[in-house]
Amino acid sequence: MTMKNLPLWLLAAAIPLVAWLPLPDFWIIQLNYIGLYALVCLGLVLLTGVGGLTSFGQAAFVGIGAYTTAWLTLNLGMSPWLTVWIGLAITAVSALILGAITLRMSGHYLPLATIAWGLSLYYLMGNLQVLGKYDGLQGLKSLSIGTLSIGQGRLFFILTWAILLVGALALLNLLDSRPGRAIRSLKGGSQMAEAMGINTFRYKVTIFLIASLLASIGGWLLAHFQLTVNPSAFGLKMGIEYLFMAVVGGVGHVWGALVGAALMKLLDDYLQVALPALIGTSGSYEVIVFGIAMVLVLKYMPDGLWSMVAKFLPRSDRPVDWQNAAELPARNKPAMGESVLEVHQIRKQFGGLVAVNDISFEITAGQIVGLIGPNGAGKSTTFNLITGLLSKTSGQVKFRGQDISALRSRLIARLGMARTFQHVKMIPDMTVLENVAMGAYTRSGSGVLSSMLRTNRAEEQRLMKEAQRQLERIGMGAYLHEQAGNLAMGPQRLMEIARALCCDPALLLLDEPAAGLRHKEKQDLILVLRQLQSEGMSILLVEHDMGLVMDVCDHLVVMEFGTLLTQGTPAEIQASPAVRAAYLGTEH
Amino acid sequence: MDFSIASILMLDGVTNGAIYALLGLATVLVFTVTRIIFIPQGEFVAYGALTLAMLQTGKVPGTVWLLVILAVVAALMEGVARWRHNGQFGSALRAAFKTLVFPVLVAGLAIWAAPQQLPMGIQAVLSVAIVTAFGPLVYRVAYQSLESATPLVLLIVSVGVHFAMTGLGLLFFGAEGFRNPSFWDLRFPLGPVTLSGQMVIIFAVSLALIVMLWLYFERSLRGKALRATAVNRTGARLMGISSHSAGQLTFLLAALIGALSGLLIGPTTTVYYDSGFLIGLKGFVAAVIGGLASYPGALLGALFVGIVEAFGAFWASAFKEVIVFTLILPVLLARSLRGGHSDEDH
Repeated sequence: MTMKNLPLWLLAAAIPLVAWLPLPDFWIIQLNYIGLYALVCLGLVLLTGVGGLTSFGQAAFVGIGAYTTAWLTLNLGMSPWLTVWIGLAITAVSALILGAITLRMSGHYLPLATIAWGLSLYYLMGNLQVLGKYDGLQGLKSLSIGTLSIGQGRLFFILTWAILLVGALALLNLLDSRPGRAIRSLKGGSQMAEAMGINTFRYKVTIFLIASLLASIGGWLLAHFQLTVNPSAFGLKMGIEYLFMAVVGGVGHVWGALVGAALMKLLDDYLQVALPALIGTSGSYEVIVFGIAMVLVLKYMPDGLWSMVAKFLPRSDRPVDWQNAAELPARNKPAMGESVLEVHQIRKQFGGLVAVNDISFEITAGQIVGLIGPNGAGKSTTFNLITGLLSKTSGQVKFRGQDISALRSRLIARLGMARTFQHVKMIPDMTVLENVAMGAYTRSGSGVLSSMLRTNRAEEQRLMKEAQRQLERIGMGAYLHEQAGNLAMGPQRLMEIARALCCDPALLLLDEPAAGLRHKEKQDLILVLRQLQSEGMSILLVEHDMGLVMDVCDHLVVMEFGTLLTQGTPAEIQASPAVRAAYLGTEH
Repeated sequence: MDFSIASILMLDGVTNGAIYALLGLATVLVFTVTRIIFIPQGEFVAYGALTLAMLQTGKVPGTVWLLVILAVVAALMEGVARWRHNGQFGSALRAAFKTLVFPVLVAGLAIWAAPQQLPMGIQAVLSVAIVTAFGPLVYRVAYQSLESATPLVLLIVSVGVHFAMTGLGLLFFGAEGFRNPSFWDLRFPLGPVTLSGQMVIIFAVSLALIVMLWLYFERSLRGKALRATAVNRTGARLMGISSHSAGQLTFLLAALIGALSGLLIGPTTTVYYDSGFLIGLKGFVAAVIGGLASYPGALLGALFVGIVEAFGAFWASAFKEVIVFTLILPVLLARSLRGGHSDEDH
């Protein structure tokens, strides 16, 4: 196993070790709390740190898990090993409802909804007679296997920390997989992910669901640990504290959850005694310290404490184990000369401004078409209209004979149209290889569960092999394991092209691929484009480097102020007085 | 339920709604200009009411000491930032002094005035001044250096500020609640209901504030500058509008609105150090109903929240809060179905 998972193995080794150490019971209890909290924070790492969403409702989900098992075991005498699943089911339903309502909207609606929801759930639990009002439910039994009681001590420690370990492992596996890369793309906005064929909304709901399920298990454990449940452990204040644990520990790292939970629990215990003693009256003054610490951490250490530790952990490249992997399935390509793209009278109006005014052109298989025009002519907008990123005011686009005018970008990507962006969109903290593998998202199918269980390895190898092949094809073979964020502008653009190629497209749309490239790199790019063309691929190119455009394109479409100025072969365009006037102005 | 009970509940709801409207407006204001979801808005309400309560008892309110501490921290930050920027000690000192002068003057005045048992009107003005002075300082200390952070980070900072301010409220005011005397003890019978003088004040002040805010944003250059910042920060900066001062000004207004709201509700309910949170959040629900962007929307949302709360309290008093806060879900659902808006990076 790689050194990257070092903390995982340390933890795995530490569980039985700690359980048999002659530690005082007090510390075992503390460790149990830390494990419980860390389990809940694990969900926040996925949701907030990786996915860029946040929830103050983790405590509320803990409450659902806890109250479900408390009520069912007390009133119906059900086994806790059954009630955990019922709690998970109730949690899943509420999370899906909340997620479905809020996750289509801006990112801040989820935290808001979870604040409101956490509050109302707190008051609901506190006022329902059947749930014992604010006193809660007492007299729960410890977990037991047969006649063996797990209790609150060392056996409970082993159970909790084993669940935590399994959860962390599943999350680490997930993050290093096809769906995991999709999840990691959510933070940077949805455009790029959708252009790769990823349904971003579905993944947002998925991570919210996973986070809430982890919280629910935490609640189940907590209920049978404390043997009593009452609303105060599940209120908004606790929801905020969970988030705080994750932020302090390092919300972007799985192990940050553990560090944060440990630190908060110990600090909380200390301050709850020390501050009232200092001030002279009792009260929850620790929130002052937590609040100020939260602001300071976000200001001066936004990646949390674990990032300090992570700096010293050895990094190792992904082992190359995919030489013998099978190729990914390829789609059937159009025959040479067949019509690939028909753009008919497309139009985009922003209010009164006509950004694209009834543009029409056509691309056939194996053709390289350049879309040129002065800045602000509407080239990139045209790109976005064709790829479905923007909705058209009117007009029609046909791709390989199929009308795609009304399709969203991810469905268009699935049909075999791939693109790059004028402003590079990537996941800076993933390697080049992983970024490029995202391009092949639509050619693979493993889901969240198989990724967590690591039964997706064969497909992962095929994805990595394809990513490497496309990177080498474009001359980026030396950069496989580099962090994408460390690349210079030119290589970043090449990486985007490789990512688009991974989609196995019939039509490739390149938005200023040569910007930032050096002369030699441009020459190499031309060779790659020619080679792709000879394989029957069609390319639509927006580019300001006229040398490159005239050299490589078969056909040029010239736009000015949103309208089609003229189109024709490079020679015709070069000779056109109208084009000259558009670029250089007219003589008076 | 008969007509008279319904009208009493209506009146009650609209009165509370007027307060929520003010807080909702403040929330919208802060969010549009700074993208900060300002959870601690309600803390200004509690600070306002409790500061007045403390002055009533002739003691120096703890908020005054907090104000001085915060002002010193802000002044240090301002001075150091300026010194790092241009390396001139004099200019750094001037910047620090500028930050320090208003809060310290207010604090000095409060310390002098507290034992004098001045008329309540003057104490009220003083309370508003103390709490209002917090606004720019809170922005300077907690938010200013994070101006370009994502709304998500700013939201978490807000939660941190809320924690800190609630805890400090407990420290300075204690766990005991206070109910301020009414500003105006008159009662007017009006059909089945009785209109109290305090209600009249609430309506009058809310209306006046809303009109003043409207005039400020529509008619004054500074107000327009804030709106420009709300639309496009970079663009506004290029036009010479400092996003720092826009943020501080916004927080000044937010704190002012919060303090006034605190004075308005002080006589109608017992205010505890942590009462502000729920009151503020209800203003918040109102703002969300208005989409966090529309002032009239927040106003209508606030009246709606107030009325729902009043009727909810009548039918199922224990579940009043449940009803109000669950209300946000159908509202969000409706917004989501209408297409909402997605956050895109451009």
